[in-house]
Parts: sequence; structure tokens; C-alpha cells
Amino acid sequence: MADKITLEVFRYRPDDNSEPSFQKYMIPLQRDWVILDALNYIKDHIDGTLSYRWSCRMGICGSCGMMVNEKPVLTCAAFLENLIPGPVRIEPLENFPVVRDLVIDMRDFLEKLKRVKPWIIREQEDPAIEEYKQTPDQLADFKQYSMCINCMLCYSACPVYGLEPEFTGPAVIALAQRYNMDNRDHGNSARMDALSDESGMWQCTFIGDCSKVCPKKVDPAGAIQRYKVHGANTWWKNLLLPWAKDK
Amino acid sequence: MTNTTKSSGKSYKKEMPILWWTRRTSHIIFVMRELTSLGVAYFAIILLLLIGAISQGEESYYEFIKLMKSPILIWLSIISLLGLIFHSVTWFNLAPKAMVVKFGKYRIPGIVIMLSNYAGWIVISIIVGRFLLY
Ligand code: SF4
Ligand code: FES
Repeated sequence: MADKITLEVFRYRPDDNSEPSFQKYMIPLQRDWVILDALNYIKDHIDGTLSYRWSCRMGICGSCGMMVNEKPVLTCAAFLENLIPGPVRIEPLENFPVVRDLVIDMRDFLEKLKRVKPWIIREQEDPAIEEYKQTPDQLADFKQYSMCINCMLCYSACPVYGLEPEFTGPAVIALAQRYNMDNRDHGNSARMDALSDESGMWQCTFIGDCSKVCPKKVDPAGAIQRYKVHGANTWWKNLLLPWAKDK
Repeated sequence: MTNTTKSSGKSYKKEMPILWWTRRTSHIIFVMRELTSLGVAYFAIILLLLIGAISQGEESYYEFIKLMKSPILIWLSIISLLGLIFHSVTWFNLAPKAMVVKFGKYRIPGIVIMLSNYAGWIVISIIVGRFLLY
């Protein structure tokens, strides 16, 4: 008994005109396997038609996120052993359109990421300056946010995004903060519009699940709340001291 | 390069069930936190009505107090008070996430921010309580 485990895998094949369904696969239970190993076993030995994304196998590329027993996880970091006796239910990341089987359409996320200009913006480039210095303390201010691997688990955990797909969402706001808080950056006001409109940070009701599921401890929920405080302060400052400029 | 996979351009999207918030404890707590804000609104309205009654003179003040002592309003107040406490506690616990206070290089630990919120709550409650009990 104990040397086998059942996986119930979500299948969706758009060209068949079939409705999505769950397919059961019985696989050998190897103690050192992660879910991704189990999926690779299915693909290599049982059913070559199963589609899913993965690349690095080490929690860095961010492409292997799926729902495992209704929780968004990186499948290369979730051990089968912890899910004994099964069955283990594997579904595509929630809140995204499914293209095929376990593969989701991530274009919405990429569009949103672009909107907040996730790069260093300088008011003026001065060719005479060869390097822009940063102390370890200045780095520490935003380092946590720079650890994001764009795995989108936080979007799957966010009911606001599920109900209101316009919402900019956790990782994108955390990444905007990563640049806003960088001492070399001058793009705060250039990013403000995309972040404070009706689909921006004010949509967040602080449920906090995004931070719980994040495999990199980015704490997007914290980033959003801090940004709300900053947004409110800027609003007051513009009202009381309209001549003072934000960076 | 040839395209080996034909895409039909179709995709499948699962709808959020109406009772989505019942599936996880964290969501239930969230919905409770939002709903218990009604307790805050309740006491704000009572306070305004009380001030209104006082401004109308002694008689209307005592009438208002009598009204507040009716069993329905006592129960409503108790339920609202419990809601208000739940609401405040959940928000105080979340406060460190939004408030990052730094002294130069030193970042004040979250627990200190949380406890100072509680301390403020207790101090103000004691001051207000003393006024009421006189
Ligand atoms: S914030 Fe965390 S959960 Fe969200 S995309 Fe980045 S790494 Fe993934
Ligand atoms: S395969 Fe790269 S993060 Fe899992």
C-alpha cells in the first residue's frame, strides 16, 4: 500500500471540445520526490499528453506553481512525503485562465508588471558618474522585495484578484516598491499613477494570504500596506505643501 | 521555425463561487473583520445621538439613557462591543505590516509597534473610563 500514491490531475484539452476533468494516476511513492518529480514520472512513463510548466527544479525560475490540494505551491519544492496517504489533487494556479492541463495564461500578470516600470528610472543620466553608490543599509530597505521570482502564487491566493481581475495585484506592487525604495531611483511619481488608480493598491483589503504563500518571503501584503501609508502621506503633502516635490 | 503546437486560442476560467470566503479560515477571519466594522459604526452613531440628546437639554438626555437601557439595545450594544473588540484586535495585530518605523539604521521590531498600539488603547480606555465612572 504505502509504496504507491494516487494523483488526481486536472486535465483540460481545448482542441477536444471537452470539459475539464480530473484524471487519476497511480504512481510509485518515492520518499525524496517532489510533486514535480511525480508529474515528470507520469509524463515519461504513463501519459505523455500531460502539459505543465517547469524549468529549474530549484525554486528559482518560478514557472512550476500549481494548486496542490487547493494551496498554491511551487511543485518543485513540495514533497510528496508530506501528502501521504493521498490522493493528491493537482490543479492549475487559481484565478488565471487555463490554456491546457496545468498551464495557465500569464499575460495579464506580465502586462501589469510592465505598467509599473520595474526598472531604475533616473531624472537625468550623468555620463560622468561611473557608478551609483548604495550602502548595505540602503540595500536592506528593499532587498526583500527584490527576491520575487514572478511565480504568481500570490495572485492565486488573492481573492480580490479572483473577484476583480483588474486589480494590479501583490507581486507587481511589491516589485514597484522594490524600485521606489531604491536610493538610485527617481521613478516614484512615474509609478504612482499606475499604483493609485482604481485598480491599484486601494483595492487590497489586506487579507494577507499572498504573504503566507510566497515561497521567497517577499511579503507583498506588507509592501502594499506600506505603500498605502506612503500614498496617503503624499496626498496630504501635496495638499499642504504643493510646492514640495516627490522623488 | 515551425509551430508544432496548434493553439485553438481557447482557455478555461473557473468562476469564484459565491461562498468563496468559507473555504479557508483566513478568509472567514477576513470577512468577520470587515463585518465587525459595523460595531464601530454602531457606537459612532450612538455617540452622535447621545451628543444630540445632551444638546436638547436634561430631559432628552435622560430619555435617551432610558431608551438605551431597553433589553434590545443592551443586547445590540453587547454584540457590537464584541464585534468592535474583534475588529480592533485584528487590526492592531496587523499594524506592524503597515507601519515601519526607523530610527536611523535601526528598525523598530514589529512586536513593539503592535504592543504600543495596545498600550495606547488601554491608556485611552482608562482615561475615558474614569470620566464615565465619576
Ligand atoms: S511575491 Fe512571492 S508569491 Fe508573489 S510572485 Fe513574487 S515570489 Fe511569487
Ligand atoms: S521548477 Fe523552477 S521554481 Fe520550480
